[in-house]
Amino acid sequence: MTAEAAPTLMRVRAMLTQEVIVLLTSIALFVAFSLALDNFLSAANMITLVRNVAVLGVLSVGMAIVVIGRGVDLSLIAVMAVSITASIVLATRGMDFVSALLVGLAFVVAVAAAMGFLIAYVEIPAIFATLAVGAIVYGLGRGVIADLDVNNVPSGLDWFLFLGRGSLLGIPMPIWIFLLTALAAYLFLRKTGLGRFVYAIGDNISTARITGIPVRPVIIMQYVLSGLMAFLAGAVTAASVASMNMRVVNSTMIYDVLLVVILGGIGLSGGRGGIRNVLVGTVLIGLLLNGMTIMDIPYTVQNLIKSTVLLGALVADAILNPRDEQTSQQGDI
Amino acid sequence: MHARKILAAAAAVGMLALGSAGAEEGMVDELRQPTLDALKGKTVVFVPMSMSFDLPEGWAAVMRKEADRLGYTLDIRDANWSTDTGTRAITQVITEKPDILIVQNFDVASYARSLKRAVDAGIKVIQVNMKSSYQTDAFVGADWYGIGQYAAQRMIEKCGKSTGKSGKIALIQGPATAAASVYQLNAISETLKDSDEIEVVSSQTGDWDQSKARGIAQTVIQQNPDLCGIIGFWDVMDAGTGAAIAESGKDIYLITSGGGNKTACQGVENGTFDEVISYDVPGQGRDLNNAIKILLQSPAAAGELKFALYTPNKIISKETMTQDSCWDLDLLKG
Repeated sequence: MTAEAAPTLMRVRAMLTQEVIVLLTSIALFVAFSLALDNFLSAANMITLVRNVAVLGVLSVGMAIVVIGRGVDLSLIAVMAVSITASIVLATRGMDFVSALLVGLAFVVAVAAAMGFLIAYVEIPAIFATLAVGAIVYGLGRGVIADLDVNNVPSGLDWFLFLGRGSLLGIPMPIWIFLLTALAAYLFLRKTGLGRFVYAIGDNISTARITGIPVRPVIIMQYVLSGLMAFLAGAVTAASVASMNMRVVNSTMIYDVLLVVILGGIGLSGGRGGIRNVLVGTVLIGLLLNGMTIMDIPYTVQNLIKSTVLLGALVADAILNPRDEQTSQQGDI
Repeated sequence: MHARKILAAAAAVGMLALGSAGAEEGMVDELRQPTLDALKGKTVVFVPMSMSFDLPEGWAAVMRKEADRLGYTLDIRDANWSTDTGTRAITQVITEKPDILIVQNFDVASYARSLKRAVDAGIKVIQVNMKSSYQTDAFVGADWYGIGQYAAQRMIEKCGKSTGKSGKIALIQGPATAAASVYQLNAISETLKDSDEIEVVSSQTGDWDQSKARGIAQTVIQQNPDLCGIIGFWDVMDAGTGAAIAESGKDIYLITSGGGNKTACQGVENGTFDEVISYDVPGQGRDLNNAIKILLQSPAAAGELKFALYTPNKIISKETMTQDSCWDLDLLKG
């Protein structure tokens, strides 16, 4: 290696962040699918592609806020499924649907605040606290709130179903909701003091505390925000299929959410990344799902391909961005 | 003349009186008491996939009533959507040695070994609706082959190229190894293999989840604008398939199958489904009760008697739907 080549390589390495790698992977897939598959490159298919990962995207925005603050929220899916189920069950029993939704929302805020309290004040590691709370919430849903795990939205609520099935200016509502959520989260994280606090806490909690940031309340707020995203994602899901299925709690969805966040380049060590990473990660998952469905690849093979691509991106990141002193001391999570 | 009539009437009345006097003693039904004795005090354990959806809830409600009436116990051990939990439950049941074990399999393989061990331990095993590859004393449940065959036939009639349609259909299956998927898929490919009327453009698994089914259906419809029909493998999941069809605004013929819960009839009524092939859960409940009674009365050892009670299919469409086409879980439980 010559003396001049070394800095160039360094510069290439610095440019090739995980986000860029994933973006390049996405572009490669996009080009390959466009060449190989008829109709792939149509505007309608692009809309379908994004629409099918919109819920995943909203959940990932919630997860991203928590992960940037050096936490993790494994209760997202349980909170999403159970809160909306509670609203649906109340509405089926005769409550006005708007009030029922407000009760569901209040449930989410209460659960998230309690969970945030456990993490911020009792100092239980986020991974255990959210796992336990998720299990409790799911147990409540299955044991107390509803007898069946699929509950149908009562008929005659067309305004609600519009959130999942309607479109505005030719773009389906779930995409609008995803984009607006992402925009709001972006503005919050980048333009408000509170948002900067989240980064500061994620980067170095001790420094943040010494600087005078109200660390514990901000941590609680992170979890409330991710809970609200879960509720919103649940509302969109329920509106799309006119029902909520609590079985999703047992599915691999929470890992998909984590993958979007980590793959997009938001490090689990906190303080890094932003909403742009979520968008990139979501698009990659959307591309994979859409392309493989069009190619009619069997489900098990799809999982294999998905995992391999994800592993490839992580390996590329590990090679190009070696662990530094800080991560090796703190660990990734 | 008049007197003779009165006499005849009196004779007739006398005969009647005599007859009823004989009936007061009646005859002893030699079979009844031994039958009741064979059932009383026995134990039946049911391991469903999860007590949280219409099928096992319905079966359990029907079985519970008969168990209470005839004095045997029905225990439910919930597998809660996990083959591990289910396998543990079956292992536990084997040590308890009940008279009958009823199992709803997640797939054709997971429980096979445990079921064999149960039979070897002398427990008679009934499999309900979702078969394992290992055959036990009895199978009670949907005729997946028949369902697939019917659905494929209907697709030929509705979407076949000779009807002037595109002939393109899609399948939305359950998990790839579930009995409902493998046997139905086999029937569909057997039925369609000798005809060039129908082209299956997509065969994906919706994993029993409506959101997943919705996503797949939307992508497939988008990709095949002239798609004519979809065969879905479970009505609860296919609420999502129907939502995608409605969102596309296209006229796509959707046939699905399910236990015939009232949501199936509502789906047909509001146009989500064109046809639901119902395997009538209350009827299956009665079949289950009969299988329990046969096995408890039979002197045969566990695993000796091997029989199946396939549920007759009931087609629910706008044309065939009546007031009692579907059932209501709350009424069934009451």
